[in-house]
Amino acid sequence: MLTEEARFQAFMDRINRGEKIEATDWMPEEYRLLLIKLIHMHGVSEIMGAYPEKEWVPKAPTLKRKLAIMAKVQDEVGHGQLLLRVVEDLAAPLNKTREDLIEDIYKNKVKFHNVFHMEARSWADAGLIGWLVDGAAITIQASLLQSSYGPYARVLKRVCAEESFHMKHGESIILALATGTPEQRKMLQEALDYWWESLLFFFGPREITPAVDRMLYYRIRVLTNEELRQKYLDKYVPRIQSLGIKIPDPQLRFDREKNCWVYTDPDWDRFSRMVHFNEGPKSRERVEMRRQAHEDQRWVREALLRARKQAV
Amino acid sequence: MKIEQASVAKSNPVYAEALVNWLYQLADDELVIGHRDSEWLGMCPDIEGDVAFSSIAQDEVGHANFYFTLLHELGEKDPDALAFSRPANSRRNALLLEHENHDWAYSVVRHMFYDLWDELRLKAFSDSSYFPLSRGAARMLREEYYHSLHMTTWFVQLGSAGGEAKEKMNAAIRKIWPDLGDLFYIDQEKMLLQFGIIQESSASMKEKWEEQIKGLVQKAGLTWPGPVPGVQMNGRLGEHSDDLKRLIETMGEVYTLDPAAKW
Repeated sequence: MLTEEARFQAFMDRINRGEKIEATDWMPEEYRLLLIKLIHMHGVSEIMGAYPEKEWVPKAPTLKRKLAIMAKVQDEVGHGQLLLRVVEDLAAPLNKTREDLIEDIYKNKVKFHNVFHMEARSWADAGLIGWLVDGAAITIQASLLQSSYGPYARVLKRVCAEESFHMKHGESIILALATGTPEQRKMLQEALDYWWESLLFFFGPREITPAVDRMLYYRIRVLTNEELRQKYLDKYVPRIQSLGIKIPDPQLRFDREKNCWVYTDPDWDRFSRMVHFNEGPKSRERVEMRRQAHEDQRWVREALLRARKQAV
Repeated sequence: MKIEQASVAKSNPVYAEALVNWLYQLADDELVIGHRDSEWLGMCPDIEGDVAFSSIAQDEVGHANFYFTLLHELGEKDPDALAFSRPANSRRNALLLEHENHDWAYSVVRHMFYDLWDELRLKAFSDSSYFPLSRGAARMLREEYYHSLHMTTWFVQLGSAGGEAKEKMNAAIRKIWPDLGDLFYIDQEKMLLQFGIIQESSASMKEKWEEQIKGLVQKAGLTWPGPVPGVQMNGRLGEHSDDLKRLIETMGEVYTLDPAAKW
């Protein structure tokens, strides 16, 4: 019989050798809880992330755009489903079910990404979400492909493949606007002005928080927030600039000596309150929509359970 | 007679007019129901159902795009103009399809009623004299099979679950019933039959539809509301409710900012 300490050591040896941990493997309680916290938030963000674009699904201005944005939002909901399935397995020993994981959203027990608390005010915003928000999400998710937790890393393979389609979908909308009429270009510039700060915040604080530190230790994550933000700026600043639109940060530049981007800090405090207390411009309304979707249709889920019992 | 392409159809103006008229009825049905389906995004009873409903919505709008493309080949405006900028009184969809989604029961019942009709209708032109249409019918029938399977499964399960679900399903059927008339109405039907654009009459299809629905209502333990009413308001002739006006306004909100712009 292994001692507790030896069992933990064997687990860490596996992680340090780059092996993947599976749902049925023994894992330390801390590892399980960190995974639940991370993946639950990720899954819920995908589901709540459907709402800003959902508002533009009925208004997409061509048949092709209509089809594309429907498919895109459908993918997001699908990612939410895949990720919640991963959390369901992890949370089963804690007696948590899918119902709990969804209810946590409107009981304010789980957070979701700051960008999904923001308004989607125009068609340009809808395009920009696809291009730059999904672009930011890919940056983070691609680094998580190396995560030590196997089921998460595998689901992320599909998520990343689909997100890169979304990025192309968003880019295509943005390119049409950037090469369009003065009104369309104005709409695009206003979108970037509105979203820029929240895109920087998306990657989280500069400093390494205790939770992130533990996730790095267990190789649940492999890069820090700041490393991810820098990667994102590397990739997207030149792309944005090539469209002839202005990034609303006069301080933004690449510092060759320090070999990194210098930028004006987003209002950490404001965005952090938005995420922690649902104080964003659209937080309450969207959480309420999720509550309605779940509670108003409870009769449907209950009826299906009854129908299945009768069929047995 | 088989007509392989639009240019040949156009050389017979009477044929072309009947065909164009028919394609509008098909296109508008699919666009409007697909749009309504997409409003369920993020609001379905569970996430799995959400993903499924969205696939159906995409199929329907894809079919609308197919019909609008055929119309464009026959000399009508481009598909986006047809979808986004026609006023309500020139739309030919059935009234039932334009109404708001109400609750899940209403959406399921309406969709199943429509899917079974659409399937019969597709079969009626799967050997159409207009080849581009019959070719499309074969592809769409493959997709519609899954739509009706999905919706009949919901219908039977929710009905047979009893309790609140059964009450809501019966209420939905009662609410939908008076709106059914123009669904089965085919404008210029005689011409369409004469030209072999369709090969089954609406009366014969309606009879089959009633038989299928009766069977499903019974299987689900629900209540048959009696004879299907005749046409009251006729969407096929451009008579519509304010629901459609609002739908068109919403759908065209961005498009009409500048219809000349590329989006």
